[in-house]
Amino acid sequence: MSFFLVALGGFTGSITRFYISNKVNKRLIGTWIANITGSFLLAALFILFKTEIIPEWLWVLAGIGYCGAYTTFSTFGNETLQLIFAKKYKIAFSYVGSSLAMSLIVVFSVFYIFM
Amino acid sequence: MNIKLYIAIGIGGMIGSMGRYGISILFTADHEFPFATLTANLIGCFLLSFLLNHPSIKQKLSHEMFTAVSIGAIGSFTTFSTFAVETIELWSSNLLLAVGYILISILGGLVFCYVGFKAACRGQVEQ
Repeated sequence: MSFFLVALGGFTGSITRFYISNKVNKRLIGTWIANITGSFLLAALFILFKTEIIPEWLWVLAGIGYCGAYTTFSTFGNETLQLIFAKKYKIAFSYVGSSLAMSLIVVFSVFYIFM
Repeated sequence: MNIKLYIAIGIGGMIGSMGRYGISILFTADHEFPFATLTANLIGCFLLSFLLNHPSIKQKLSHEMFTAVSIGAIGSFTTFSTFAVETIELWSSNLLLAVGYILISILGGLVFCYVGFKAACRGQVEQ
């Protein structure tokens, strides 16, 4: 059952990520937006699950399935490597630094405020 | 809007997320360190880099199939949100492990992308 929920979340999550990256039409920004907003959503769902406000099936569907698929690490890594290959070190560093800093700050803030 | 392409990506996303979930079940939760996410992310970095840089795979697959595997399956197999949440969780219990998790994920991710790139280039030489 949980595999089905994860699959359903993964179906919609990956489509949302692709849709956003098409809308934004700039590769780094699309991944950046998906990763930050997805981290925010996952942190919120995590708190709701831990405080037993939402049931486990919803956490599996929306947290593990949807947020997990909506955000991505492989594209993030490959985009960074391409920047390094192109000797765009400053952009590579800002991309990694801002993705990390923003996602961690967002998750920390959600945890700090609601836990 | 290309409906066929979106559905192909969605199907890839189903497979990728089930793979990630399967790995998280294999690494049952006794470890404090999030090995499952790290494993999925590093493998995914290698696979995506290999696929994107391989000289002939892209030509052999249809556009829908290639996008379904790269953006759909591998994109969903790896995850950034779980990485961020796990890091903050670790941060409160073990700061050193949290910093280690960040460094291994980022540097390891880049190394695995590079290895994937090199492996794909080898395919080019052999052809």
